[in-house]
Amino acid sequence: MDKPFAITLDVGSSLANHTGSWRTQRPVYLDRIPPCNSTCPAGENIQGWLYHAESGDYEAAWRVLVEDNPLPAIMGRVCYHPCEGACNRAQVDEAVGINSVERFLGDEALKQGWKLTPPAAESGKRVLIVGAGPSGLSAAYHLRRLGHQVRIVEAGPYAGGMMRFGIPAYRLPRAVLDAEVQRILDLGVQLELNTKVSDIRRTMQEGGYDAAFLAVGAHIAKRAYIPAGAAAHMVDAVSLLRSMEGEEKPMLGRRVVIYGGGNTAIDAARTAKRLGASEAIIVYRRTREKMPAHDFEVAEAMEEGIMIKWLSTIKRMGEGTITVEKMALDDKGFPQPTGEYESLEADSLVLALGQDVDLSLLDGVPGLEKKDGVVQVATNMMTGYPGIFAGGDMVPSERTVTVAVGHGKKAARNIDAWLGGKQYAPAPKHEAATFDLINQWYYADAPKTVRPQLDLVRRQTTFEEVVAGLDVTNALFEARRCLSCGNCFECDNCYGVCPDNAVIKLGRGNRFKFNYDYCKGCGICVSECPCGAIKMVPEPS
Amino acid sequence: MAFEQVKFYQTGTFTVGNRLLEPELRSVQADTTRTNSLNSGHRACQGCGEALGARYAIDAAMEATDNQLIAVNATGCLEVFSTPYPETSWQIPWIHSLFGNAAAVATGVAAAMRAKGRETTRVVAQGGDGGTTDIGFGCLSGMFERNDDVLYICYDNGGYMNTGVQRSSATPPAARTATTPAMGPEPGNVFGQGKNLPEIAMAHGIPYVATATVADLRDLEAKVRRAMQIRGARYMHILVPCPLGWGHASADTIRIARLAKETGTFPVFEAECGEVTSRLPIRKRLPVEDYLKPQKRFAHLFGPEPATATLARLQALADRNIRKYALLEET
Repeated sequence: MDKPFAITLDVGSSLANHTGSWRTQRPVYLDRIPPCNSTCPAGENIQGWLYHAESGDYEAAWRVLVEDNPLPAIMGRVCYHPCEGACNRAQVDEAVGINSVERFLGDEALKQGWKLTPPAAESGKRVLIVGAGPSGLSAAYHLRRLGHQVRIVEAGPYAGGMMRFGIPAYRLPRAVLDAEVQRILDLGVQLELNTKVSDIRRTMQEGGYDAAFLAVGAHIAKRAYIPAGAAAHMVDAVSLLRSMEGEEKPMLGRRVVIYGGGNTAIDAARTAKRLGASEAIIVYRRTREKMPAHDFEVAEAMEEGIMIKWLSTIKRMGEGTITVEKMALDDKGFPQPTGEYESLEADSLVLALGQDVDLSLLDGVPGLEKKDGVVQVATNMMTGYPGIFAGGDMVPSERTVTVAVGHGKKAARNIDAWLGGKQYAPAPKHEAATFDLINQWYYADAPKTVRPQLDLVRRQTTFEEVVAGLDVTNALFEARRCLSCGNCFECDNCYGVCPDNAVIKLGRGNRFKFNYDYCKGCGICVSECPCGAIKMVPEPS
Repeated sequence: MAFEQVKFYQTGTFTVGNRLLEPELRSVQADTTRTNSLNSGHRACQGCGEALGARYAIDAAMEATDNQLIAVNATGCLEVFSTPYPETSWQIPWIHSLFGNAAAVATGVAAAMRAKGRETTRVVAQGGDGGTTDIGFGCLSGMFERNDDVLYICYDNGGYMNTGVQRSSATPPAARTATTPAMGPEPGNVFGQGKNLPEIAMAHGIPYVATATVADLRDLEAKVRRAMQIRGARYMHILVPCPLGWGHASADTIRIARLAKETGTFPVFEAECGEVTSRLPIRKRLPVEDYLKPQKRFAHLFGPEPATATLARLQALADRNIRKYALLEET
């Protein structure tokens, strides 16, 4: 005992006192699924690639992006970005410009010549893909990366499907389309153009294919019976947009009327305007609220001087004139004829009334179910005939490029599983990162970067791209607006705010872990996590 | 503002760290090499604001002085929960003497260091609001008046919490404590009493006075760093919510401190030689109810018949702070 007077014990550290035993609840780290990811029809890990874009590592961002979608430069132009509609940031100020960052990454990849990752090993299986549209290309990419031999057979003269023959060049420059298609072909995907598959089972047998993915699209324009004189010039929107890809540009005249209210009608009207029409009038039988076309496209069209006659149907077409009947909405909101007529001067009439699918290649295939002009598929995208899968516009769906790309990915995963005699089981979905989990204090306000638009005059007269892209500085700015909902971005808040030093920082890229020996379960880390990546759970007994 | 405001649109500099920031621009608390002066295993309640505030401040002081620091502690929660004999949570030289004499002991330690020629070793005295505004006030005022080279930090949780939540001269008006019960015609602590110690310190004309909360870490660290650049008597007053005494959820400690600042109830500013030199502006002004409602010590104001007159008086106090310290103006 050489201790000083009245001292009987050695000095000890409070580390001997395991305060974790006080706890009734414990914090746990988790990844929640952010609204952008859960809304994306192509299943992109949007928050995941924005995370890399935020640090300026655009190649890493692009690589995460193309894990799910091989066409980012196209997506950045034609996707209707439901992700932005769901973005939590919209409730703080404005949604993150996800689509414009995606386009920036896509363009950067083309500029830098980044290549897709080739398959690690060959499986020895052969898969036939019918149709080189977004769905077929997406399936081809994913199947090839899984090691399968893939051959795309396309009826048309070019790859791209509706991206080429339906979407005007002012929205999707052909150089971009060609470059992203070529990058997929560079993985060793074979493409055979100008070949129509008329009997799928024979083609599969002759080629020795183990499975097939059909994505022929919907290319047959729907018709409506409109009495017309011999001199009347009537054309359907699908043919009009398709003929824009040929040498001879179509002749529509000075006054063009477009019949229909979908995005195709808008594309046709804007194309007519660019071909020199002084008047392009859309005739639609219902109201703007009921119009299936996307609102921003309608707005852009109207800015360009496209006129729209609401609540009107076309009764007949004579030489240089069209007779239109006015409609009125009934109690249930359906348009009913009123018997009032008026005449519109028109040199030509473009019908944009929707499209049907040519299903003749499936004639005689047993077990198939066709309904409303499309093929029914199971949740694994397989038709009623084993080994034949289908996706894109030819199955029941919303007909957009992004949905088609999503179908291609989903089908590829299921085909891969089917070829291996297995069932594809998607990973269980994480819980949703809703807005109430966001701690808004930690996010500063910043307006969305508005993509500079070409001036109106230029875009009315040329086919130059209407919406310009972001550059390096504002793309970074835009990416950094991401709230990283539900996914740790290593802000060190939990590490800093713990009154008990019970959070261990594992270093860059490795996030954090709790030291449950000392964590008292106060929950401050959960409250102060900006993005909702921690939750409290009852202490296991 | 005392620290550089880096504009990050994703997270501002409001977070503790930020992977997009240069390491030297991150806070001390983001660094794995921080001192952790108040280590794990201390016996503070769940969600203790004082434990958090003390680690924030002392870690920052350690960094600012190159780890040449001695801390003197008044009696109070901080001392009781960190050093039950023979254990200690402190990972720095630390001394406790009595409830009321922390400022005087610190003065003595500083004098001893000077006598030994160890001018680079700096001294911090710390205590709760009871040991500062009530019991240790005489020693503190003397330390100010003599301009002794000590930084005194008061962790203000508005009462004597570890002895059972009794009123102190820092308890806010209308708050319920064990000694100011929520009953009678004017329930809770009386209006017009108590002390505003930051202003009293300023009236001494000492070189540096600052207020801070546990909700603004970077501001707090910048003020400690500034204080350690100055010789002479310095005073910091840090608002540290107390889940036990204030009756709020343990997870809400930082949120409550943030609301105190955003409502204007607790003005965050710094002053040199008696003059205000900067303030932390309110980002989004909120009514005092937002601050009061989550706290059970103010629950009697929100019964079936809300005490509108009392709430109006509390709002008027906040409005006066906002006016007086120009808390709505961008700096």
